[in-house]
Amino acid sequence: MSVRATTGALLAMTLLAGCANDDNFELFGTSPDSDGAGGIGQSELASYEQDTPEYFTSIVGDRVFFLVDQSTITEESAATLQQQAGWLNANPDFTVTIEGHADEQGTREYNLALGARRAGSVKDFLVGLGIAAHRISTVTYGKERPVAACSDESCWSQNRRSVTLVNKELSG
Amino acid sequence: MVAAAAALAIAAGCHATVAQSANEPLRIEIRQGVIKPLQIAMPAFVAGSPEAGELARDIKDVVAADLTGTGLFREIPAAAHISDVTSFNGPFSFPDWKAINAEALVVGEVGVDETGRMTVKFRLFDVFAEAALGNGTQFTSGSADWRRIAHKIADGIYSQLTGERPFFDTRVAFISETGPKNDRSKRLAVMDYDGANVEYLTEGEEIVLSPRFSPDGDRLIYTSYLTGMPRVQMLDLRTGEQRAIIESSDMTFAPRFSPDGTRVLMSISLDGNTDIYEVEVSTLRASRLTRSAAIETAPSYSPDGKWIVFESDRSLAPQIYVMRSGGGEPRRISFGQGRYGTPVWSPSGDYIAFTKQHGGRFHVGVMRADGSGERILSSSFLDEGPTWAPNGRVLMFFRETPGADGGPVLISVDVYGRNLKRVPTPGFASDPAWSPLRE
Repeated sequence: MSVRATTGALLAMTLLAGCANDDNFELFGTSPDSDGAGGIGQSELASYEQDTPEYFTSIVGDRVFFLVDQSTITEESAATLQQQAGWLNANPDFTVTIEGHADEQGTREYNLALGARRAGSVKDFLVGLGIAAHRISTVTYGKERPVAACSDESCWSQNRRSVTLVNKELSG
Repeated sequence: MVAAAAALAIAAGCHATVAQSANEPLRIEIRQGVIKPLQIAMPAFVAGSPEAGELARDIKDVVAADLTGTGLFREIPAAAHISDVTSFNGPFSFPDWKAINAEALVVGEVGVDETGRMTVKFRLFDVFAEAALGNGTQFTSGSADWRRIAHKIADGIYSQLTGERPFFDTRVAFISETGPKNDRSKRLAVMDYDGANVEYLTEGEEIVLSPRFSPDGDRLIYTSYLTGMPRVQMLDLRTGEQRAIIESSDMTFAPRFSPDGTRVLMSISLDGNTDIYEVEVSTLRASRLTRSAAIETAPSYSPDGKWIVFESDRSLAPQIYVMRSGGGEPRRISFGQGRYGTPVWSPSGDYIAFTKQHGGRFHVGVMRADGSGERILSSSFLDEGPTWAPNGRVLMFFRETPGADGGPVLISVDVYGRNLKRVPTPGFASDPAWSPLRE
């Protein structure tokens, strides 16, 4: 029971840490979520296979963020996209869909166009890094799919994003 | 549903018209500034048969709600009435209505025959002139259509007393929303303008956005994520048939019909750039109207079809531009502070409604087609997406409240910013689109 309970949480921890980190594992083992009897639950995590969409999402990083009204790729975003391009180069059978999103501070139709512009900007950047354009499709969600629901900058900054989705089905 | 409306027979003008008195006709003018509501007395409609009693009450109540809902009329409560009206043909004791300061008097009669067919008559009187205003009118229909008949009666009274075109016998398409802000489900829905008779047209599986009526009111165009991408779809309200309106795998959104219904304007996003295109409905042929690296969206025709107003961020912040229909060099018309979007030309042609963002708030406003005379009608955390009543004197838009539990409701307001109020909907509702007046 304690093993089952911890696996999901460990997974989340791994996501947060980006890469497996021993300190974080030890911290976790003593958290109140572990074995109710006071013991320390611990289990091996299966490591991600590097050629899976799950690895791309959690380890490479599937999203980059934008400033208000901007579709410019920031330095931080460029680093993430370089990682994405590296993965895509190593896994040439996968195609991706780039979702462009906006925060709620804009009209519905303008934000659809803004999301399209952001997705296009990410696509251009990846193509510039050598990824074939035909492997990348884009879709805008405008302000329709926020991940954070509050109405201040702490949420808006999370919602102004692009998300690169690795399509489950391999291309031809 | 809509086909039933065609069966609605309207026999007008079957009653004698009384010549207008030499005095000025009773009239309330819709204009800027404070308006003193016109005092209207609406005694219980006469029930022409025992079964008609309930319908007579219901119809009169809807007529009264339509009229008083504009803020232009005040109904004198029945408790204040001195006289009853027991016969549609009178006589009416005008001094009794004058005594309670009624300016207009509405009398009506409702009958139901053995087949369930309903006949409704009404007449409007100028109490001080002791004279009928306009023709009396008689409607016949199935009794299921009683709300529409009530709206038509209110339309007749409103037009007679304001000189404006009517707007009560209309529908509103909108997006019904449920669920938390970060997991919203959206359904295309349509209802009467006053919130009655809600019908849902999609199941909520896919995102649907911004419906707009065809000029004949028979079709809706809207944006749907049915294919996983935003695509403009057309839904025939009579047959339920749905189809794509452009043969393109690109992202398409922000559709709007031309005034003659033969063309649809929309935005197409290609390689991250959004421009305005015009699609011929019969051939699905698209022609591109704007060619800039900026965002061009939210296009709307002028009612004469000669101009297109739209939104562009070619000067950085989104602003409103006007170009000739068919394309051409756009002229910027919005120069106030803030960001401007969602321009919609009034059916009367005199104003363009818009959404404005300024000072951390959203507003709905109107300006003249040359950009002059800007008037802000509303203000909140998020007011967006105005739509015009077919007479160009009332607008509806949606207002969303902030936070995780926030959601949108529909609001109506008159073109001078008066009478701002919530439009009842079953839950959260956004993206209203007002239909043309029904036949």
